[in-house]
Amino acid sequence: MALLEIRDLHVGVENRGIIRGVHLNVNAGELHAIMGPNGSGKSTLSHVIAGKPGYEITGGQVLFRGENLLRMEPNERAAKGVFLAFQYPVDIPGVTTTNFLRAALNAQRKARGQQEFSTPEFLKRVREVAGSLNIPQDMLKRGVNVGFSGGEKKRNEILQMALFEPSLCLLDEIDSGLDIDALRTVASGINALRSPERAMIVITHYRRLLDHIVPDIVHVMSRGRIRKSGGKELALELEACGYAQFEDAA
Amino acid sequence: MVAVQETIERVRRIDVDQYRYGFETLIESDKAPKGLSEDTVRFISAKKSEPAWMLQWRLEAYRRWLTMTEPTWARVDYPKIDFQDLYYYAAPKPKKTVTSLDEIDPEILKTYEKLGIPLREVAMLEGVEPKVGEEDPARRKIAVDAVFDSVSVATTFKAELKKAGVIFMPISEAIREHPELVQKHLGSVVPTSDNFYATLNSAVFSDGSFVYVPPGVRCPMELSTYFRINERNTGQFERTLIIADKGSYVSYLEGCTAPQRDENQLHAAVVELVALDDAEIKYSTVQNWYPGNSEGKGGIYNFVTKRGDCRGAHSKISWTQVETGSAITWKYPSCILRGDNSRGEFYSIAISNGFQQVDSGTKMIHLGKNTSSRIISKGIAAGRSQNTYRGLVTAHRKATGTRNFTACDSLLIGDKCGAHTVPYIEAKNSSATFEHEATTSKISENVLFYCIQRGLSQEEAVGLVVNGFVKQVLQKLPMEFAVEAQKLISISLDGSVG
Ligand SMILES: Nc1ncnc2c1ncn2[C@@H]1O[C@H](COP(=O)(O)OP(=O)(O)OP(=O)(O)O)[C@@H](O)[C@H]1O
Ligand SMILES: [Mg+2]
Repeated sequence: MALLEIRDLHVGVENRGIIRGVHLNVNAGELHAIMGPNGSGKSTLSHVIAGKPGYEITGGQVLFRGENLLRMEPNERAAKGVFLAFQYPVDIPGVTTTNFLRAALNAQRKARGQQEFSTPEFLKRVREVAGSLNIPQDMLKRGVNVGFSGGEKKRNEILQMALFEPSLCLLDEIDSGLDIDALRTVASGINALRSPERAMIVITHYRRLLDHIVPDIVHVMSRGRIRKSGGKELALELEACGYAQFEDAA
Repeated sequence: MVAVQETIERVRRIDVDQYRYGFETLIESDKAPKGLSEDTVRFISAKKSEPAWMLQWRLEAYRRWLTMTEPTWARVDYPKIDFQDLYYYAAPKPKKTVTSLDEIDPEILKTYEKLGIPLREVAMLEGVEPKVGEEDPARRKIAVDAVFDSVSVATTFKAELKKAGVIFMPISEAIREHPELVQKHLGSVVPTSDNFYATLNSAVFSDGSFVYVPPGVRCPMELSTYFRINERNTGQFERTLIIADKGSYVSYLEGCTAPQRDENQLHAAVVELVALDDAEIKYSTVQNWYPGNSEGKGGIYNFVTKRGDCRGAHSKISWTQVETGSAITWKYPSCILRGDNSRGEFYSIAISNGFQQVDSGTKMIHLGKNTSSRIISKGIAAGRSQNTYRGLVTAHRKATGTRNFTACDSLLIGDKCGAHTVPYIEAKNSSATFEHEATTSKISENVLFYCIQRGLSQEEAVGLVVNGFVKQVLQKLPMEFAVEAQKLISISLDGSVG
């Protein structure tokens, strides 16, 4: 059984179709890349998998380990191992990153019937992970993403992913706004988390990221559908020829 | 924010209509006859064995009150109160002088235990002299005065405070034991003719706390009063008077709860603070009176007058309030900055949910030179509630070099509630520097989704975001109460979204 199975998914906003028949199978251990022009529905797809309200599911199914994901609350999905690194992470003034991470991690553990981490245990873990991502300790004491640079926000997303150890990681433009060194740090953070039990879907506009984190499968999305899927060479082809060839009359 | 996790658990366990403090204690009580007349005033005064001057003071207030009408300028709406349909005095029976906790009705002790106020525990600590090196330094002592309906039932740590020269006792006792202090200061900050509710309070107040800190003394522990309205149809009119003599310091906290009842109950308290030269008073409130049910039935009418007088040079008064309860709140803790270089502060968190109506804020009256004040107000409106900040900052003609900074932030949860900001600013001299900032925002769907995607429930996410929003004010509370207040905030917003 695939870890994630999307069957003929249709999603609309205000009576306008945005996802228009997506099929996708992602097995544990795989890394999929989704590329495609602006507005083609990539973020929408990741939002729907994670359970963001405000979208109308007009058809199809999303199964996670065979379970109907669309019927679960977003926090239930998180506890079951669905993680979304946001294209635009929000800031939460007055709530320190450390407290936020601890509240979230313990909420997930509790939902899974696991023992919650004590404060010292938690702090030890978060410091280790932050260290490996070059995230300074004082950043953890600041409000969540408050005053963080674009690159810092993205590293903070990876920090959370590493801490929560999800089984399905959706990374929406994790490479946007990163300088060369930060890109390398983030990529090695992602690579460190690749494992046979875990699957990742990486949304990106740039082949550059895929040089660091080599995908098993590349999908091209355009106007709400996956138009083509292939190996990592597809990313090179896209870079050379653009998206025009994948548009159809529909 | 040590308590985030605890907060979250607490929220999980509580359902919307479940006001945690809504139980009722079944004890016999001794009531004044229903209604208000000169006889009621005399009855209360006699019950308290008051001296003649006190009775005269009350009667003057009562006569004055008869000529006054209820204020209508606040943004609150409620049916007319029938002042003859209330009881003005209720004391738990048997009525006798209480000298130790053992003489207190065990039912009352149980009530305070349920409220989490450890009278018994604290008293035990008091009774046993701690051996050197044995006391747990983490356990800070808090002296508690507990007021049940109209009567103070217990004050703890009296002996230790006495050693420091601090007087902390029910005001009814202070009237008998320290008449010179009471007579000199009572009504000196909030005159008996001040406003409709303050005047009513002056006529019928039954109990409350009295604090005097002598010159140069730093009060060795937090002082705290817990108010509990238990009786039906009984108004609670407590009176608090705190005097910080020259160069002294005191931190005082009040907490309040009431049982869950379908009818509205009136609470009209008066608090007066006097700070002499170089003295500092820190006054914190965690107000959690019953707010009414989810349909807006019942709840406390909280009409309170609180004012501090920075009478001496370099004195300081700081109000911190966390207002989560009451059906209606009408409350403006204020500072009269009379002494040169004195400072007033007002830090407020006012949360309204369901059908609650809050009209609260502060007045900073700058009379002395180089006086400064700071106002930080955080209003959170949810459900169908209305939440108004009303503030006044004035500088007298002679109050040169005065400074004020005001920041009012409102957060709306949902689209059926309202937040309003009504600031009045009045500078009668050109050297005053007044700064005012105000923001109103809605709790963002994106922020909530971000939190929920990370595993938090909707309620936990709202609690977290709101606690972040009010953090600046929470930090002003004494540590122990900050934790409690944080929990309260999450609980009072439960069921506010969705
Ligand atoms: N809440 C919404 N209301 C209205 N339109 C929406 C909403 N969310 C998405 N859309 C529309 O759906 C389309 C797909 O948006 P989406 O963000 O999924 O694109 P994307 O592929 O992630 O683009 P980009 O590469 O620019 O990030 C866009 O036309 C967008 O305007
Ligand atoms: Mg996008």
